Amino acid sequence: MAIRVAGALESKPKKGVVDPIESLGRTILRARVLEDKLGNLYRAGRIVGGVYLGKGQEALSGAGGLALRKGDIFAPLIRDMAGRLGFGEPMVDALRAYLGSRLGPMKGRDGNIHRGDLTRGILPMISHLGAMVSTVAGVLVAKRMKGEKGRVGLTCAGDGATSTGSFHEGLNLAAVEKLPLVVVVADNGYAYSTPNERQFACENLLDRAKGYGVEGHGVDGTDPMACWRVLHHAVERAREGAGPQLVVGKLLRLCGHGEHDDGSYVEKKMKSSERGRDCLKVMEEGMKKKGQEKDWQGWREEAQREVEDAVAKVSAEPVPDPFEEDWRATQSAGMVEVMVAS
Amino acid sequence: MARDPIGWDGGSNGSIVSVTYLDAIRSAQEKALRDDPRVFIYGQDVGRFGGAFKATKNLAERFPGRVMDSPISEDAMVGMAVGAAMEGMRPIVEMQFADFSTVGLNQMLNHAATTFWRTGKPCPMVLRLPSGGTPGSGPFHSQSMEAIYSHYPGIVVMTPATVEDAYTMLLEAIELPDPVVFCEHKLLYYHLKSEALPESAVPAFRARVVRAGRDITCVTYSAMVHEAVAAAEELAEEGYEVEVVDLRTVKPLDTDTVLASVARTGRLLAVGESWPWGGASAEVVARVASEGFELLDAPPKRLNAKDTPIPYHPNLWAAHRPTAVRIAAGLREVLRY
Repeated sequence: MAIRVAGALESKPKKGVVDPIESLGRTILRARVLEDKLGNLYRAGRIVGGVYLGKGQEALSGAGGLALRKGDIFAPLIRDMAGRLGFGEPMVDALRAYLGSRLGPMKGRDGNIHRGDLTRGILPMISHLGAMVSTVAGVLVAKRMKGEKGRVGLTCAGDGATSTGSFHEGLNLAAVEKLPLVVVVADNGYAYSTPNERQFACENLLDRAKGYGVEGHGVDGTDPMACWRVLHHAVERAREGAGPQLVVGKLLRLCGHGEHDDGSYVEKKMKSSERGRDCLKVMEEGMKKKGQEKDWQGWREEAQREVEDAVAKVSAEPVPDPFEEDWRATQSAGMVEVMVAS
Repeated sequence: MARDPIGWDGGSNGSIVSVTYLDAIRSAQEKALRDDPRVFIYGQDVGRFGGAFKATKNLAERFPGRVMDSPISEDAMVGMAVGAAMEGMRPIVEMQFADFSTVGLNQMLNHAATTFWRTGKPCPMVLRLPSGGTPGSGPFHSQSMEAIYSHYPGIVVMTPATVEDAYTMLLEAIELPDPVVFCEHKLLYYHLKSEALPESAVPAFRARVVRAGRDITCVTYSAMVHEAVAAAEELAEEGYEVEVVDLRTVKPLDTDTVLASVARTGRLLAVGESWPWGGASAEVVARVASEGFELLDAPPKRLNAKDTPIPYHPNLWAAHRPTAVRIAAGLREVLRY
């Protein structure tokens, strides 16, 4: 199986459909502005539960979400606001989960990053890392059985998640079934506070692709357009029947594990290295060079207005009411009541 | 030797001699595959090999692409079924032994079981667990897992004791919109026989009075039903009438049928093959003690396996689990109070 890196890529995204710079630029800006706001809301005590942000990982995540089409399946992890927005999750649904509105798809029963919307093809993650790999595989098996063709499933993981049995079992299963699955690993050097050298002993997680019998793609996760190219290529490879694709993006998270964490364990040397670049800055610089800084600023202002409007809207929405809640964990619980009553 | 019921046309063939509990499970899966295109089977060696216990014999040939061998990956097997169920299919996952389902617990307890609550969308799947002790099976091929699965909200747990229930309840399990853990007892696979597959079923989630009595109620499920009936027969010779209640489904638990029985007899012994700490028998005693205290003429008792791993040697195993002899002794103890 070929292991490709971004520089070696020959195929470029099809032109004429979307402008990759605008599409990815707007997406990562929306994610960053929203997450900055979430951090502020957290510190203001307005968030229900924890806040886990994807700062620094927007390019890799957003490129993944944007590479998918309607009808595909997306199973994000905790740092995938950009991927979610790129795939089409409404910003208000993200805020509903954090601010505890009962109008969101999870109705206050689950929140923050554990949100999803099965009607939109967004699977709500469970906290147990690696678990979504086999689940997306299952959706794809079902689509194959139903004769639904041309669908791709994409799920995200971190470097830490690759150590779980669940990740291994899931990717191996998907490889055996030759499923159109893309697994995107954001290798940010740390799983919470644990550095790579305490997580795995291989030189590069990308090397594992060969062991699974899948195609592997490495990418500099701080380079937005490289992320765009690699993710679109991987998704196309999956769509055309080349089986599972493992994408490993190297980057750094530019925040703590959650907003409760200052991330002080991240080595200074790493922060100041190429890997510690902010993908938004990289994109902004690139646009400046092309004289497009006004576009960038305009997108940022649009994102700010969108976030403020969404926060105002969701803040006025009703919260869950325990007295109106239907406290049933199974649908057949209702069937028992009907049966006993009859 | 029972004739292979695969291809059996629903009763018109008079040459059928008998149907085993295992035949019933195989036939139910065959019927489900035939009637419902959403159904598929996934598990280790379930394809051409027909499964470790032959519960899927000939099904892969008959339903190409719908009876699939899985890697030895219990977590991913269940996770795959969760995804397929979300996508509208009705997967049946066969664990080779119930014991190995511990490796898939996370996907079942935290993913399948939480999906309806979290999303409002169903996660209809069946996890088939070849359960319970058989001689010489030892610590890792003998376990009864119903207590663990029942503890978590969001799962239906079925424990059929008869050929008829094995057939009808498995069909129900496949039709239900929820994740179902189907605990089928290996000791009953080959030895329990019936003349034909049933044409009607006891209502879903209802317990069944197997044997009526007026002196004491013995509530149990799965293979222990047969031990309890044997104990009841022994006590009948001593002049006691034991009412045996088969829970059939341990979650949801049919408290009404249990309380109605205790109202008739005034005494309770709850029996389970699984370990004594917690579990279905503890739940029965707790409910009767709190909801039917005034019905009782004696303290309700429980009888379970010993609190050790399940032994390998048949001599030890026979003493480890409740048997008719031990159940009879337990019944006498409650009756003497």
